[in-house]
Amino acid sequence: MNWLAVVPEIALLVMTCVVALVDLWVKDKERLVTYCVAQGSLSVIAVAQLWFFYKGFTLYAMQRMVVADPMGHLLGLFATLAMMATLVYARSYAASREMLKGELFTLSMFSLLGILVMLAANNFLVVYLGLELMSLSLYAIVAMRRDNGPATEAAMKYFVLGALASGFLLYGLSMMYGATGTLEIPEVFKAIGTGQINRAVLILGTVFVVSGLAFKLGAVPFHMWVPDVYEGAPTAATLLVGGAPKLAAFAITIRLLVEGMLGLAVDWQQMLVLLSVASMLLGNLAAIAQSNIKRMLAYSTIAQIGFMLLGLCPGVVSGNTVSASNAYSSAMFYVVTDVLTTLGTFGMIMLLSRDGHEAELIDDFRGLAKRSPWFAGVMAVFMFSLAGIPPTVGFYAKLAVLQAIVSTNVPGFIWLAGVAVVLSLLGAFYYLRVVKVMYFEDAVDLHPVAGSKDARLLVSLNGAAVLLLGILPGGLMALCRDAIVQMFAT
Amino acid sequence: MPLLSLAIWLPIASGVLLLAFGRDERADAVRWSALAASLVSFLVTIPLVTGFNTSTAALQFVERHFWIERFAAYYLLGVDGISVWFVLLTAFITVIVVISAWQVITERVNQYMGAFLVLSGLLVGVFCAMDGLLFYVFFEATLIPMYLIIGVWGGPRRVYAAFKFFLYTLAGSLLMLVALIYLYYKSGGSFDILTWQRLPLSLHAQGLLFFAFFFAFAVKVPMWPVHTWLPDAHVEAPTGGSVVLAAIMLKLGAYGFIRFSLPITPDASHEWAWFMVALSLVAVVYIGFVALMQTDMKKLVAYSSIAHMGFVTLGFFMFNELTTSGAIVQMVSHGFVSGAMFLCIGVLYDRVHSREIAAYGGVVNTMPKFAALAVFFAMANCGLPGTAGFVGEWMVILGTVKVNFWIALIAASTMIWGAAYTLWMVKRVYFGAVANEHVRVLKDVDRREFAMLGVLAVAVLAMGLYPKPFTDVMHVSVTELLSHVGVSKIPVTP
Repeated sequence: MNWLAVVPEIALLVMTCVVALVDLWVKDKERLVTYCVAQGSLSVIAVAQLWFFYKGFTLYAMQRMVVADPMGHLLGLFATLAMMATLVYARSYAASREMLKGELFTLSMFSLLGILVMLAANNFLVVYLGLELMSLSLYAIVAMRRDNGPATEAAMKYFVLGALASGFLLYGLSMMYGATGTLEIPEVFKAIGTGQINRAVLILGTVFVVSGLAFKLGAVPFHMWVPDVYEGAPTAATLLVGGAPKLAAFAITIRLLVEGMLGLAVDWQQMLVLLSVASMLLGNLAAIAQSNIKRMLAYSTIAQIGFMLLGLCPGVVSGNTVSASNAYSSAMFYVVTDVLTTLGTFGMIMLLSRDGHEAELIDDFRGLAKRSPWFAGVMAVFMFSLAGIPPTVGFYAKLAVLQAIVSTNVPGFIWLAGVAVVLSLLGAFYYLRVVKVMYFEDAVDLHPVAGSKDARLLVSLNGAAVLLLGILPGGLMALCRDAIVQMFAT
Repeated sequence: MPLLSLAIWLPIASGVLLLAFGRDERADAVRWSALAASLVSFLVTIPLVTGFNTSTAALQFVERHFWIERFAAYYLLGVDGISVWFVLLTAFITVIVVISAWQVITERVNQYMGAFLVLSGLLVGVFCAMDGLLFYVFFEATLIPMYLIIGVWGGPRRVYAAFKFFLYTLAGSLLMLVALIYLYYKSGGSFDILTWQRLPLSLHAQGLLFFAFFFAFAVKVPMWPVHTWLPDAHVEAPTGGSVVLAAIMLKLGAYGFIRFSLPITPDASHEWAWFMVALSLVAVVYIGFVALMQTDMKKLVAYSSIAHMGFVTLGFFMFNELTTSGAIVQMVSHGFVSGAMFLCIGVLYDRVHSREIAAYGGVVNTMPKFAALAVFFAMANCGLPGTAGFVGEWMVILGTVKVNFWIALIAASTMIWGAAYTLWMVKRVYFGAVANEHVRVLKDVDRREFAMLGVLAVAVLAMGLYPKPFTDVMHVSVTELLSHVGVSKIPVTP
């Protein structure tokens, strides 16, 4: 068998165990050692992913249960980088809240392992395995502050609803298995293509699979857990839930719906359109009413996911994959840049939090422009990016999706583009409100912005990346497109 | 030398540097470096006019680089005889704005100066961009610095005004975005504006595009009835913000009409010309009356701006050379005159902290030098022959008479309304006996204020007495524009 294909996953598994062991000999004060070992191993994984992507391999391993392809490697690279950034942001935040235990690192790395497994899945069971590995680690991380009421409640909700979602997905997958007689994604694709299979069963299976995915992505009407978990969980855990896992959710959506069930596209596209419009509508409207910035960002995430789902709606037209690969790559670009911006905003929230003070109300950002003009500027960049105002990367993400759906030249999709545009105007309002609070109001809280040097530097770099990709977005777009085109080629 | 890139990125880069490194403790250093940056950025634009070839309508000083592969978008810059003037105007006004803020802004000086420099670069970018996507990026990006300028340094209702400004204009431009994507799709994957100008389009498609562009640009101009954000934004913005809004940002809308609406959708433009003319006349007459009733000087000038911009849109939709050139001359002259009017109000406001007309009276007695300049600009605002304000209005009216006498008559009535609201304000503020204690203790303009108003006065006078250089440079480009508008783009069905 082809071991090369699974080298990053195996290396990560080994290093996670090493981190768990190392931590046994480390006292609370010397936790920096664990942190460094974890970051070191993650950077090795990132380099490995980069190397694989650069080589453009498509390898199968373990009786074709897993596939290592450019899309997986690219998303894997971003997921690893996102995890590293999360740990940098989380370190001092977690330290002052008694969360900086060895478990934080071990569980984060296990959740990343789950993500990588999902990215490499070529089989329904592997998808499920990766999903559970990631989810269980995340449930535990959210519950880490077990003497904290809201955090425990959030963990409970996350666990119950997450388990329900996994159940939905598993139920859907088993229906597909029952109908097609295979668990392998490419085989399922072929089986559906024959047209010999009972369509009712397939469609019922699709409904369950799409619902499961929508749960994991946080799309309306399966979004109930998102605001509560984002708000209740300690911010570090929120970022672990809202960062890299989104990339994985996107990847399994592509793996299951596009690679596996492209033959049923007519059916699942309709579902995605409904999910997408509902998410944009509810997310944008509900976000306006929030005073807690984490909750506001949760609703904003729902809206962003809705916009991203639009990119998955245009399909393959009579064997021509150009418009489909355009569309899927725009969705991929959207989710990658959304994770980049999310990392920055939550990083900023952690930076402003101190011992015994959570900067989680929008009002905690009051007068930030006077306290620290630099970080106010960086936060403003994130907000403008989420609102989709050029010259930030968020604009090109929205533009790419809109262009993809308009170029289908289906009147319905052109109307959909209009709806998306109007709803994103609603969105501009609440992002602008954060800018307003930072710039137009006087500070109540006059503490200088604390936070460790590395977190401050990384937030600045993060902001610079959002702005720089806003001026020159071409490179990242081309990468996403290459990854999707190669997926179609195989 | 990539002059256009320099004109765009020099102010942006220096603005960003000021934002990053400027400190209020070193406010004077910040002011001087902002002045130096704006002066250099202005000097860079001068060769654009001196080296301009007036015999061709083709784009000049073109720069073309690959930008985004995914959209086949280019970093494509170029100016023609029309846009070159706005590049110059923008850079010039920025220098004035920096000077006007010298002693007035004492807090967060670096942010104020930085925001204006960045804004100036972005505005130049709008006028130079010949790639649809690039245009849109610059067009939208200007909202961010202006939003902050109004919101941070504005008056009591600044937050309301800033949001209204941002959301109003964003709503308009999002429709334009859909139009741009549609054109991109129709032209087979190109964002090149010149390609779009040659694209055959059915009347139905043209109508939809026309209205998508209409909403984006009409909000920006602003045309009645989507003008309501402007009085709020003007009144609440700091002096510099009002100057840039009136002198340049309003021109973005009018410029959009001649760059997009007229050449890309000529048939729809003809079809809907009556609509545009009607709205323009409403702006000229009705808004003139509204201006008459204002008690706040800034609001009065804001409404007078809307009325003057009505002339510009009227000129464009008469489709002849005289009116179109007249409209463009009016855009430039309005840039000078309205900028100067707002600066004058700023001078008074800095001393008395009131914009109410009723708070003044007899200013000429205590500030004779200032009153002379202010009355001169007021005269220019109501279109006195010999000032810049006259030339454009005269050309538009003259050209309109040829098309339709009655439209011209209504438009010409602006000479009366304009004189009425401006001169009545002048009478109440400057003339008469000294009204109160505030006015009695007023000090006349210092050298800084005199210099900035003096330079503008010279510009207004020069343009009024000898407008030929302006019209010469734009002549060929206007002819080219009209040739685009004159040819139907509806595909002939066999």
